[in-house]
Amino acid sequence: MRRLLFESLIRPPLTEAAPRQSDAAIEELATAVDRSARRRLGRSLSIRAVDAGSCNGCELEMHALSNVFYDIERFGIRFVASPRHADVLMVTGPVTRNMAEALERTYNATPGPKWVVALGSCARDGGCFADSYAVIGGVSRVVPVDLHIPGCPPPPTEILKGLLALLDQADKGARAS
Amino acid sequence: MPALIAIAPESRLVGHHRPWPRAVANAAGWIAVTETLADRQRTLLGLWGEADAVHMAVFDEADGTVGVISLEGLEGNYPSVARRHPPALRLERALRDLTGLEPQGLPDSRPWLDHGRWTLRFPLGEKAIRPAEAVPYKFLPAEGESLHRIPVGPVHAGIIEPGHFRFTANGETVVRLEERLGYVHKGIEGLMTGADLGRALQLAGRTSGDSTVAYAYAFSRAAEAALGLDIPPRAVWLRALMAELERLANHLGDIGAICNDAAFSLMLAHCGALRERVLRAADAAFGHRLMRDRIVPGGVVADLDEAGAAGLRTLLAEIRRKFPALVDLYDNTASLQDRMVGTGILVPDLARLYGAGGYVGRASGRAFDVRRALPYPPYDVLRFDVPILDQGDVNARIWIRIREVEQGLSLIEQILDQLPPGPTRHDVADNGEVREGMAVVEGFRGDILVWLRLAGNRVDRCHLRDPSWFQWPLLEAAIEGNIVADFPLCNKSFNCSYSGHDL
Repeated sequence: MRRLLFESLIRPPLTEAAPRQSDAAIEELATAVDRSARRRLGRSLSIRAVDAGSCNGCELEMHALSNVFYDIERFGIRFVASPRHADVLMVTGPVTRNMAEALERTYNATPGPKWVVALGSCARDGGCFADSYAVIGGVSRVVPVDLHIPGCPPPPTEILKGLLALLDQADKGARAS
Repeated sequence: MPALIAIAPESRLVGHHRPWPRAVANAAGWIAVTETLADRQRTLLGLWGEADAVHMAVFDEADGTVGVISLEGLEGNYPSVARRHPPALRLERALRDLTGLEPQGLPDSRPWLDHGRWTLRFPLGEKAIRPAEAVPYKFLPAEGESLHRIPVGPVHAGIIEPGHFRFTANGETVVRLEERLGYVHKGIEGLMTGADLGRALQLAGRTSGDSTVAYAYAFSRAAEAALGLDIPPRAVWLRALMAELERLANHLGDIGAICNDAAFSLMLAHCGALRERVLRAADAAFGHRLMRDRIVPGGVVADLDEAGAAGLRTLLAEIRRKFPALVDLYDNTASLQDRMVGTGILVPDLARLYGAGGYVGRASGRAFDVRRALPYPPYDVLRFDVPILDQGDVNARIWIRIREVEQGLSLIEQILDQLPPGPTRHDVADNGEVREGMAVVEGFRGDILVWLRLAGNRVDRCHLRDPSWFQWPLLEAAIEGNIVADFPLCNKSFNCSYSGHDL
């Protein structure tokens, strides 16, 4: 173990530079982040992931955000274990009828100010599962959504772009007010 | 399937079922085959229903043959398999929820996938109006002094899929765990019905995101079996290449994640970096990090160019250089070993009874790998070992993955060395006939079964059976007597699919 740790000290880090923010996301967010919320948030975001029916593909890429290449915590963004600690709910999947109540309850358990990020193509409109008897549809059919990040699944860089835009909006607002 | 015919003498073979035979039996024949499962001459591979028919796929380990036995023209019920063979229990509860057929003598009358919230009942059978009120779900009782219950989920603490776990504990020790699943039921088989091959493939590839290659692989092979379609040699090899990359990425991710659940995050950091390199190499080679929608009936839609192949060889070199040190680290860290060894033991007898596939079965002495037991090309000419252990604990399930990473590196190299040139896709011709096909493919988690009936180029009925169906129930057994704090370790070492199971 000592050798591994020592190598980590002398080798250059694998972590990559931050991606540019997504323009589409900034536009969508401009209206979503209100001033009082910005002040309280500062430059950090706590995210609670909720799988409301996904195939698990989006979760894999969400996990990847924590690996050394993307190292999401350097931006002050971290995944938390409880909706009670969260600023953002990151919801994946078409919302299944069997998960709708759990999603709603999780939303209600999250203290304001809060945002909902719908991750992946299914979370936007139900994707290829939209017409099923077991599926309600996109996340916005159940809880209000502030930001959509499309993709099947969206690669980590795309997720990061969207989240950085969210942070930046929050940060700008905090300084302006 | 002469042996199956001998057991069910009144049965008749279906002419258009490939590659293994399907026989329509009468109730006596069905029960006779059920008995061969109960006395362990055969292993249950799958059990699924239609509006008025049920089908059961069985595997004979002694002579390596597969057969499907069916009951058709049913009037509302059929003899339960789970009555004699417990591994069929959840399959039959799901079958009843989906088709409305009543398995006679089924020991558990509770629904499984249907939580009383769909827009209708029996989506794959005679559709019915759902009752106005959902019936509360009764968990199994556990009686005794000082027992308490811990409900967990469906929304969990980590970034994982939803499911409910009901623990009954005595102090820290788990007395009973009961799973309740079905939260991510999307109605995939319902959506499949009437879909053309393109849409059906899209759905199949989204059954379980971590096995998107394996599902597309199994679906395509089943469709090709039904249509009698050959695919170009290059496509055969490219498919295996993608499947091995998927296995490699998932095993690396799992090894890190299991150690992380014992608070040893160093392994997660290093294995996570290797996993990311696999996904990037896959993206460079095939244009998608998870290689989704790359395998299609008729071949593959992404060819490997020289840069992609060179990237994969660099990847192999990188993993070969870094992985052994991580294995040493795992093996020589006493605090980690203390958590892993002897935790969550699955006894070999149960693994065999349930026909558990993948690392769950192979860590508990069940020497079953589809690539070896029911080989499909190019695995019939590739050299590889199927690692087997019999301790059945978390540690054994990690070691199976470690060994399979090593085998995977060798397989990828062999494939790159032998990859034939040529086209990568044949057209799928529409002959307008009704045909049935079936395929079993080894995903990273275990054997994935796909059965389908095509009417022309449209899917009439498609069933996708995830390996998790025969692994989830065993997690309940493996956790018994362990402490609650070790559940994440046990659960992650099984790493069953929620979405693949719930469909």
